[in-house]
Amino acid sequence: MKKEMLIQKSKESRIEILKMVYNASSGHVGGAFSAIDIMVYLYFYKMNFSKENFTSPDRDRFVLSKGHASAALYSCLGLKGIFPKEEFSHFRKINSMLQGHPSRKTTPGVETSTGSLGQGLSFANGCAIGLKMKKINSKIYCIIGDGEINEGQFWEALMTSSRYSLDNLRVILDYNHLQIDGHIEEIKNPSPSVKRFESFNFHVIEINGHDFDEIDRAFTEADTVQGKPVFIIAHTVKGKGVSFMENNVNFHGTPPKKEEFEKAMKELENG
Amino acid sequence: MGEKKSLRETYGKTLVNLGKIHNDIVVLDADLAKSTKTELFKKEFPERFFDMGISEADMIGTATGLASAGFKCFCSSFAMFLTGRVYDQIRNSIAYPHWNVKLVSTHAGISVGEDGASHQCIEDIALMNVIPGMTVLCPSDSVMTEALTRELYEYESYAYMRLPRNDLELLYDEKDSFGIGKSFVHKIGADITIIACGAMVSVAKNTLLRFQSMGIDAGLVDMYSIKPLDSKTLEEVLSKTKGLLVAEEHSVIGGLGSSVAHFASEKKPIKMSFVGIEDVFGESGTPDSLFEKYNLTEEAILKKGKILYDSF
Repeated sequence: MKKEMLIQKSKESRIEILKMVYNASSGHVGGAFSAIDIMVYLYFYKMNFSKENFTSPDRDRFVLSKGHASAALYSCLGLKGIFPKEEFSHFRKINSMLQGHPSRKTTPGVETSTGSLGQGLSFANGCAIGLKMKKINSKIYCIIGDGEINEGQFWEALMTSSRYSLDNLRVILDYNHLQIDGHIEEIKNPSPSVKRFESFNFHVIEINGHDFDEIDRAFTEADTVQGKPVFIIAHTVKGKGVSFMENNVNFHGTPPKKEEFEKAMKELENG
Repeated sequence: MGEKKSLRETYGKTLVNLGKIHNDIVVLDADLAKSTKTELFKKEFPERFFDMGISEADMIGTATGLASAGFKCFCSSFAMFLTGRVYDQIRNSIAYPHWNVKLVSTHAGISVGEDGASHQCIEDIALMNVIPGMTVLCPSDSVMTEALTRELYEYESYAYMRLPRNDLELLYDEKDSFGIGKSFVHKIGADITIIACGAMVSVAKNTLLRFQSMGIDAGLVDMYSIKPLDSKTLEEVLSKTKGLLVAEEHSVIGGLGSSVAHFASEKKPIKMSFVGIEDVFGESGTPDSLFEKYNLTEEAILKKGKILYDSF
């Protein structure tokens, strides 16, 4: 693992995310910043996914079930050259390739459309089953938001993952503890999370979702698991990387004001 | 009345026949395989059949993932649980990303019978009609069901087909051809043409001679492709008939009647009348007693047809 390169890519991605949301005057910074380090690890190191092979049947697949973190996904795809970086400036604007939430039909590299929460894992399961049937040895990575697991379909899908022993699937919970209306513990508390997901017959790994050594350890361990799907509980910080956005639910879906943007850019560039 | 045959049985058998030729067809059900008859496919091809349990939302999503891996998916359940329960999943997980997933419901309409209103889906056509790009089919007999199931396999997009629980009279034979965006013209009436789908086609067919004895020249078009409509045939009908009477085993709101009215009002406004479930829920009862009580009968068609005729 090239840790320095990944740290640099995360920094670039955060800057692009912030610029996208600021330019669009809308979008979701907080949840993009909590998930971006894991996504950067997957897109720039772990996954077999490149400008050359991103439509090939044997590519690894990434599913952003928490579709509101679309800017994080676009930053990775754009920085990988799947589409030109110039598209970033059209994010959420009319006639744009980059829709508010990921859209398979408009954006190259997006595996499926997401945004209506709780639906990504079912897609990922189907994909994992289908690839096994075709004897394609690719992996499917699916990031779920911790607010999103309020949705019943997610729990239906968990049972499907283990029913079909989908050891080519890695589910990652972006556990940043905040949803729009407040602390997840005060709304539908998923704790004790490890026991809960183990009881669904997953191999559970708990990590700090911003530490590349821990992220690498988890995904390396995942590759050794057989006959079971893997569930990675990634402890993250909403708004991670900008001091005044961290753990601040006000930056879930509200774009930064001019002075906030400038202050945040300074922090990210110097970080 | 002629021989009756089960449409869902035909659907299941056709899936098996398709499965024998095509390795890329997979079938999903939500714990109703015995009723929807997808169990026939399950028996023949267990490795390509997925019983997702009583979790229709997960079934829809899983199908989209299988579609992304290159499989052609058929999902089945009762109309109630395959449409209303998972409207959002169909819209956002299938249609918006444009996955090749076919939804084939059984137990559509009020003829579900004794299970009552909770299971009698009379709004599935309306729900599917409004989804951008959705194809909506409602076959009227077994022969047509086989042809449309085969066509759905070939069709490279998403689509919805509704089938009833009970057997329907055989209306067609293998020489007849059917397709998405087509219709079957029995006769265009000089006075009234009945536009019908599903179970109401055979009911309407029985009224033609009775209309004749009343001095009314009535015709019948089986408009099994509700979306897209057979615009060519409808234009021809509009140019030759004085009034349209739409009959369907569905709410009069948002179904075939609404679609035909929409079309006619733009092309050639014409007097119309509608036989369907008024804005009410059904109830328990035998299919026949329900058709009687909720006015899905020859008498209802004759009565509305006469009023329509008298208004010319």
